[in-house]
Amino acid sequence: MKYPSQGVARLYFIAAIGLFAAQILFGLIMGLQYVIGDFLFPAIPFNVARMVHTNALIVWLLMGFMGAAYYLVPEEAERDLIAPWLAKLMFWIFLVAAALTVIGYLFVPYSGLAKMTGNELLPTMGREFLEQPTITKIGIVIVALAFLFNIGGTILTGRKTVVNLVLLIGLVGLAVFFLFAFYNPTNLVLDKYYWWWVVHLWVEGVWELILGSILAFVLIKTTGVDREVVEKWLYVIIAMTLITGIIGTGHHYYWIGTPEYWQWWGSIFSAMEPIPFFMMTVFAFNMVNRRRRNHPNKAAMLWALGTAVMAFLGAGVWGFLHTLSPVNFYTHGTQITAAHGHMAFYGAYVMIVLAIISYAMPIMSGREANSQRSQVLEMWSFWLMTVSMVFITLFLTAAGILQVYLQRFSDTPMQFMLVQDKIAIFYWLRELTGLVFLIGLVLYIWSFFVANKEPGLTSAAVDQALKGNAGPAGAIA
Amino acid sequence: MAQTFTKTMARNIFYGGSVFFFLLFLALTFDTSMALPDRDRRELLDPTTERGQQIAHGKALWEENNCIGCHSLLGEGAYFAPELGNVYVRFGNNTEAIKAFIQSRPAEGIPGRRSMPQFNFAPEELEAIAQFLKYASEINTAGWPPNKQG
Repeated sequence: MKYPSQGVARLYFIAAIGLFAAQILFGLIMGLQYVIGDFLFPAIPFNVARMVHTNALIVWLLMGFMGAAYYLVPEEAERDLIAPWLAKLMFWIFLVAAALTVIGYLFVPYSGLAKMTGNELLPTMGREFLEQPTITKIGIVIVALAFLFNIGGTILTGRKTVVNLVLLIGLVGLAVFFLFAFYNPTNLVLDKYYWWWVVHLWVEGVWELILGSILAFVLIKTTGVDREVVEKWLYVIIAMTLITGIIGTGHHYYWIGTPEYWQWWGSIFSAMEPIPFFMMTVFAFNMVNRRRRNHPNKAAMLWALGTAVMAFLGAGVWGFLHTLSPVNFYTHGTQITAAHGHMAFYGAYVMIVLAIISYAMPIMSGREANSQRSQVLEMWSFWLMTVSMVFITLFLTAAGILQVYLQRFSDTPMQFMLVQDKIAIFYWLRELTGLVFLIGLVLYIWSFFVANKEPGLTSAAVDQALKGNAGPAGAIA
Repeated sequence: MAQTFTKTMARNIFYGGSVFFFLLFLALTFDTSMALPDRDRRELLDPTTERGQQIAHGKALWEENNCIGCHSLLGEGAYFAPELGNVYVRFGNNTEAIKAFIQSRPAEGIPGRRSMPQFNFAPEELEAIAQFLKYASEINTAGWPPNKQG
């Protein structure tokens, strides 16, 4: 760690992993409720479990992005954060706000939470992913502004690298588009139209800039490839992201009351959205193949390559599967959407946050990389979580295809709940695979405790091992 | 990438492309805003009418009870419970049937099965929700969903 203030990232990463665990536990509860409908009813109804599942995901990814920014921005800017104390203060505010919100979800009926927090003064609650009480949303804006001040000030007063500038553009976009969460007209079409300005322009827009810059940073550090090459790739990837992704928003405007021409704009542009993800895959493998050093942190490299592949599969391929409007006419709002959502979020955003955590946490603990044993555990967790996510996606896709056929495509369409009974086998398989994911997560967390007990690997040991001298790192050569 | 393609060119494509397509998106948004009054049934929402107030109240109740946490509305939301954008049509164009269904949910659920919670809505709240769902069903959604099962 070159600058002491980078260390604030540690708090963010630890909290992110804690919320990740909460997300998975509530995901398993929901998965079981899909097949045992009265599980925990009425104590934790499905909608509450789902709010915790999705909101914990959003908050922990934001924590991960913030941690990533606090870690990499000083290193790129070649100076300490302008206000490390502010980063720490905002962390605690964010964490307490998130915890209170989750406690509110779990222990107060949602309508009671709306009353307690004065939702009628500025109604923003009760919309998918934006369920947080208005006061929590205001808190998010305050934390985001303080964060942007800290990061922006550090970037603008330090060395300006492409990685930092792209990250800053992404983070500013994140904050700006979140403001549409406060616009909630009675007109349902307008409500939905601008709701997507938060949701789509985040995950298929500015978040990809954040993803790209974090990936570029990790690859520069672990491969030693010339920065110029990496930066050129980064510009091309994010250019394609926004060129396809902004008008690609149109794939959400097919059936919500908006004009039919969106079926053309949305289909054509969103059909190109896989391109930047494919380029990201080519980019990551190219950089690793052209590496000029052998970084001892193999686990971080695995996450970086993994995110490039899985983002392409989840966001690119599974997105394309149902993005053309004649297809989407049948698949809109089915388990196909759920399948895509799971692998896209895991591949693009979960894995990039785990990649930067994997790279940065050992360094913040004073090691170049974790011990061999810890890395092996972490790589096991990578494969368990990644393979189980592939199968979760496949099972949900199978459920979705059957659902589309039975409920929408056949000559004798069946009722929603009857269809749900017919496809229950796939929900069971998804739940069992979810348990495997949980095992992967437990191994992941365990690997940190193993790492803290053992001396880490160093570049010198790796180079020595590669030269044929049997060093302590011989096994990984 | 070949040396003839420089980082500066890549940067210019990024800035130029992003700005161009964002402006195009704003232009399409403007055109959509002009077209929406003929599609989104905003005339029903007039807050000086009883129906307009009911729909607004119904949407607030929809949100404050997190209905979207289980149901989808025009295909967006959760996929745990039926689509409600066309529930008015599915229930035979009948707001009374919607109200009766919501009222009849058992407080302790149904053993082994998914069941909607009992929200204990007052009669005027039930009417507001039903009016909101009726309004949702009348939006011009380009023919979606494919059939009344949603």
